[in-house]
Amino acid sequence: MIYLQLLWVFVKIGVLGFGGGYAMLSLIEHEVVDNYGWMTTTDFADMVAISQMTPGPISINMATYVGYTTGGFFGSLLASFAICLPSLVMVYLIIRLFMEKKTSSLLGNLLKGLKPAIAGLIFAAGLSMMNTQNFVEIGKGENNISIVICVLAFVTSYFFKANPILLLVLSGVVGYFVY
Amino acid sequence: MNIAFQLFATFFKIGAFTLGGGYAMLSMVEKAVVDQKKWIPSDEFWDMMAIVQSLPGVFAVNTALYVGHKIAGRKGAAAAMLGAIIPSIVIILLLATIFSEYRNLPVVERIFKGIRPCVVALILSPSIRMIKSAKVNWKTAIIPIATVFLIWWCKVSPTIVIIAAIAGSLIYALIMERKVKQSVNEEGKP
Repeated sequence: MIYLQLLWVFVKIGVLGFGGGYAMLSLIEHEVVDNYGWMTTTDFADMVAISQMTPGPISINMATYVGYTTGGFFGSLLASFAICLPSLVMVYLIIRLFMEKKTSSLLGNLLKGLKPAIAGLIFAAGLSMMNTQNFVEIGKGENNISIVICVLAFVTSYFFKANPILLLVLSGVVGYFVY
Repeated sequence: MNIAFQLFATFFKIGAFTLGGGYAMLSMVEKAVVDQKKWIPSDEFWDMMAIVQSLPGVFAVNTALYVGHKIAGRKGAAAAMLGAIIPSIVIILLLATIFSEYRNLPVVERIFKGIRPCVVALILSPSIRMIKSAKVNWKTAIIPIATVFLIWWCKVSPTIVIIAAIAGSLIYALIMERKVKQSVNEEGKP
């Protein structure tokens, strides 16, 4: 049963995941945390951090991770292949039917129209992770170090394009000394 | 050396050593496929990437499938795809096993307490950057705002929101196609 659910979830994400890894991340978050309750929001945040810091495509890393925690070794293989399955079909069809020229401009315009919505989707995923589990001091009247980390990471990442892996490592070091 | 095996090895290397996701990978693929192996000419490669980038799914996998298929058919596609994903699977399996073992240690918990707010920032930052690159103006700003409101506030499933957005964008894309055709026709008239 869990295998069928994994297959369904990740095939769906493979079909609807327009716009790269972060767009898929927001879809995965909804399915894994809200819909099926396979992970808590802190588990999910930890998984995103680990998937970011390791080489390879982020969405494959996350699929493997979710698959492993819910269905063990076989689950990890299943989830990783499930997310690739729609790609196999789509790429094959495009090459086979010689649709390259025709689909190229249509798909380009489709993605252009989708981009604002995808941005909203990703932003919503970030917002939903801003909770008392991930920001431990919220509502406790203590010094809000997590907010400081979040704001600093956002500013350095957005304005100065700081390396995300470096930011994650630095935050980890701060956490080690502060908590 | 067998071409399918070469494809596997090329994408395996890229999968094992590229940090930072799909777009960081692109220049490595170009270097390997266009410059070193000379499998595909540069202009054809970038034409292909224009399609691959707008497809849904994992960008690295789509690239591997497309390049693999162009060079060595179905076998090539399978080999390149496996090469691109196997390093990820192996590394994450190892890490997830280790992490589940040690995550309850106080040291690990402390480190991750610091990391989690940073993860949130790293998700918010590209979304804002995307709004900028999509050239959202005061009229179209309603789209991201409505998306956030529906998902975050009304708890509408992102799946439903994205399907609705795809339908809307498809209509937009079809209108754009017709406009281009019309303007071409008008220019053609004497």
